[in-house]
Amino acid sequence: MLVGAVFFPLLGAAISGLFGRWIGDRVAQWSTVICMVLAAVCGIGAFAQVALGGQPTTVPIVTWMEVGGLEASWALRYDTLSAVMVMMVTFISTLIHLYSVGYMSHDATPYRFFAYLSLFTFMMLMLVTADNLAQLFFGWEGVGLASYLLIGYWYEKESANVAAMKAFIVNRVGDLFFMLGVALTFFVFGSIEFSIIFAAVPDRAQDIFLGVNALELIAVLLFLGACGKSAQIGLHTWLPDAMEGPTPVSALIHAATMVTAGVFLVCRMSPVFEFAPTALALVTVVGATTAFFAATVGCVQNDIKRVIAYSTCSQLGYMFFAAGVGAYQVAMFHLFTHAFFKALLFLGAGSVIHAMSDEQDIRKMGGIWTKIPITYVVMWIGSLALAGIPFFAGYYSKDAILEAAFAAHSPVGMYAFILGLAAAFLTAFYSWRLLILTFHGAPRADAHTMEHVHESPWVMLFPLLVLAAGAIGVGYLFYPLFIGAHEQAFWQGSVFTGPDNHILHDMHEVPGWVPIAPAAIGLAGIALAYVMYMIAPELPGRLASRFRGLYLFLLNKWYFDELYDALFVRPARRLAEVFWKVGDARIIDGMPNGAADLAVQASRGAVRMQTGRVANYAFAMIIGLVIFVSLFLIGFVR
Amino acid sequence: MNAAGFPLLSLITFLPLAGAAIIMFVRGDEQVVAQNARWTALWTSLVVFALSLILWFQFDRSSAEFQFEERLEWLPEFGVGYRMGVDGISVLFVLLSTALTPICILASWEAITARVREYMVAFLVLETMMVGMFCALDFVIFYIFFEGVLIPMFLIIGVWGGARRVYAAFKFFLYTLLGSVLMLLAILYLWYNAGTTDIPELFNVEVPRAAQTWIFLAFLASFAVKVPMWPVHTWLPDAHVEAPTAGSVILAGVLLKMGAYGFLRFSLPMLPHASAEFAPLIFVLSIVAVVYTSLVALAQEDMKKLIAYSSVAHMGIVTLGIFTFNMQGLSGALFTMLAHGVVSGALFLCVGVLYDRVHSREIARYGGLAMIMPAYALVFMVFTMASVALPGTANFVGEFLVILGAWRVNPWVAFGAALGMILGAAYMLYLYRRVAFGRITRDDLRRLLDLSPREYAVFTPLILLTLWMGIYPQSFLSFFDASVAALVARHEAALGLASRMAGM
Repeated sequence: MLVGAVFFPLLGAAISGLFGRWIGDRVAQWSTVICMVLAAVCGIGAFAQVALGGQPTTVPIVTWMEVGGLEASWALRYDTLSAVMVMMVTFISTLIHLYSVGYMSHDATPYRFFAYLSLFTFMMLMLVTADNLAQLFFGWEGVGLASYLLIGYWYEKESANVAAMKAFIVNRVGDLFFMLGVALTFFVFGSIEFSIIFAAVPDRAQDIFLGVNALELIAVLLFLGACGKSAQIGLHTWLPDAMEGPTPVSALIHAATMVTAGVFLVCRMSPVFEFAPTALALVTVVGATTAFFAATVGCVQNDIKRVIAYSTCSQLGYMFFAAGVGAYQVAMFHLFTHAFFKALLFLGAGSVIHAMSDEQDIRKMGGIWTKIPITYVVMWIGSLALAGIPFFAGYYSKDAILEAAFAAHSPVGMYAFILGLAAAFLTAFYSWRLLILTFHGAPRADAHTMEHVHESPWVMLFPLLVLAAGAIGVGYLFYPLFIGAHEQAFWQGSVFTGPDNHILHDMHEVPGWVPIAPAAIGLAGIALAYVMYMIAPELPGRLASRFRGLYLFLLNKWYFDELYDALFVRPARRLAEVFWKVGDARIIDGMPNGAADLAVQASRGAVRMQTGRVANYAFAMIIGLVIFVSLFLIGFVR
Repeated sequence: MNAAGFPLLSLITFLPLAGAAIIMFVRGDEQVVAQNARWTALWTSLVVFALSLILWFQFDRSSAEFQFEERLEWLPEFGVGYRMGVDGISVLFVLLSTALTPICILASWEAITARVREYMVAFLVLETMMVGMFCALDFVIFYIFFEGVLIPMFLIIGVWGGARRVYAAFKFFLYTLLGSVLMLLAILYLWYNAGTTDIPELFNVEVPRAAQTWIFLAFLASFAVKVPMWPVHTWLPDAHVEAPTAGSVILAGVLLKMGAYGFLRFSLPMLPHASAEFAPLIFVLSIVAVVYTSLVALAQEDMKKLIAYSSVAHMGIVTLGIFTFNMQGLSGALFTMLAHGVVSGALFLCVGVLYDRVHSREIARYGGLAMIMPAYALVFMVFTMASVALPGTANFVGEFLVILGAWRVNPWVAFGAALGMILGAAYMLYLYRRVAFGRITRDDLRRLLDLSPREYAVFTPLILLTLWMGIYPQSFLSFFDASVAALVARHEAALGLASRMAGM
């Protein structure tokens, strides 16, 4: 069962990917779906056995490499932390496979799509069940590959190709630091296996490397790696562009699972992070800044998927600063609830796009809520959960994050709390801006499109309804386990909290206004959106022209892309050109070619002397004789 | 004395020559001769490969000693003898050479139509030289094979190459020969110093400190060109571009390993002090190679040139790993050499598939191939990903180990090596995007056929090997574990002894 949860998706990917062209699209896609269902059953079983039953275990498979003290093996490490992820990933992935059967029904090569999707799921499962950093890196890069393939799935579109490449390369920047973090871990601990590292952390707490604390440096390097995968500010630029991929991909990879890998990494490495207070402060600041930054950008975007993408980016920021203040369990809880409601929002958006004949611009939508009522309702549920309205899933986790930030009683905690509250307001605002512009008001699409607006087939609606139920219920259901009364029995030490870390207790002791604030501010955000887009729809335009500078700043995503283009992309290309044309061709090749030329010239000169006339040779001989004789005589005279 | 019971290494080495002789004597109609030559060459190389598999099964992996040794007296009064043998460092390169040769012959099946007989002869002679070089345990024998490799390769580029083949062939020949002359002088000195050219015996003879520097530089001149290291790498892109596909495969797969093998076999064990002194220089050159050539690769418009530059970058990782002098670095370097042999050879074959169909290596000539050649696109993707060292493929294991090993020496060196991760992804994905993705803009591309059964036969073993090396590298790492450990121990002992002497 523990093995099946991980390897069934690989089986599905192999069947569909290698034989898809011969067995036909229907067989290929349903075989992946069946494999995923089996994996989900195994995943839920694993969760029950490991997390609820309290039997963490490691399934060894085979040695990977063993070189002079370095040991890495293929193994499935099942503790509560990975069991939660395995269950969540297999469950959501199954629903998204099912949804894709409907969504990709008009596609030319569905077998390819399903193979990639299953391959992704397998890689993600390898990532979360890794028992050493090398295997984690395998999954880490593997999901990157699947993400690259899926973003560029429609490879005839130039924009999709560019986005796919960008995603891979930006991720690689983070991976560079991840790799160096692994190298330093090996240097400090002499091992990259989790169990050995975690046991040795207290002894190594005072190690110094390059003048700084070694554990701090490890934590910072790994966190920079996490920033790449989880699209934190600075390395986030690939995520909005990744929306070029088909919508189920955005739901699975760029909302529910892959992008949360960074948060998972920080939680997995919590024993190291607990001994690295400076690194944790960095995590908090970066997370909070991302939460706020992405929310501001989300408010002005017009592409339905990009709005949700920035929302994802922002929610990932929440998870990071929760981990940063030491509340890893809370971060994992938000990761868990977020997977449900964000997947729901993306799939709902997909349903809208499907209904609107592939239109993604919300300025060209509106007035369709009566035509697609089920989609409309589930989008409401997803938005309510996202905005943290009481008793929906997001309420429990987001409230807990802000309480934890407040309870940290540190400057960075307060920074995170304030930016988190501001982001909560903006989150509610852009969610309802999206809802109102998409579904309400006068129809802004052309008549032809409006005629075709239709509810999606059941194969797509069923996953939506299941996820909607999740977005309503998982917060309430799992609260006691993740961060409530049964927290200790549930985690069984798979997430480490230091002896001085009482954040899970302290967060219940905050002043009475703190738990109410997020919900209240969320309602305020909804109200503002209602006023601006429902009551006075001309207001946003006026504001945009009034504060044109600010509006453009936000619309252009704080000019990150332009900055990077000027700083890295263009200089690299210019440098490449110079190295090639000048360095290689002129300088390095110039020397031997010059020498060769010289030799040729010299031999030409020599050739000229050899005229073949006997008289010339005789003359030269006489001259030589004269010189030698005179030299001899001069020497003799002396 | 010999685990196989018969002179296996000599047989593997000289059997291709016998095949070449048979091909030479074939007479008859040109078509018949060509066909006979192809089949004879293929069967010869397959038999050689099958024989070399004995090494895989019978090699004692727990020993660092030379195995399958053979010894014949030749010039006893000069201390020169015919001596063959393999240890953990060289055994897999013998296998790599014998495995790539049949693949190359298959890849040339239809691509070479002129002078087929001579071509096949050249390839079999080349195989003899390569295998002999990795097996030789006498410096003179080594030198003969080491230089002998140049001759068939020179002909393959110069006769069956592209438009500028003569220029490329001469550049290749002169560059590599220049270094070799200096190496010959170094060998003469070593012989003078020790009175023998027997390699295992030379390990035990200490070279005076002052001489080590000069000999190291002489070796460096020869090996650096072969690797090739920056800044003596410019012969490689030209040679690759002009060489026929199979020539490129052998060039990238085996010939580039000769320089690094030389470092491992001679510089490190015989000149420990000079190696340690020059390590910083090698680090700098290697990192420059990684960053500089990766950037140059980014600007290329010719597919083969791009992959050639990427080879230089990968070999930078190798030289860097060798001079870390620790287990991870050295094992990583050896593994990268093997992995690069398979993967970049396969990439050149991928280019060859297109070149056979369209007769152009220009990247802009292609685009949208994923649509018409899906199987090819998959194969190409696998090797692209292997080239960017995705975990689970061969290159990752080597790169990972080198970075870990380099970190133990100096974190900034590790950082420099890791920069290749980003740049490598950039140029390879950019290449793949321009070739396989996008819309088809040229009509003649629409008529291209997907892989033929012969091409499947060429690529399938390479794909399996790439994945095997990535997922279960242990079956390869275990070959050189003991030898590398012995190498590291000897190196540390040599340095330790010296420092204790200095202390007294």
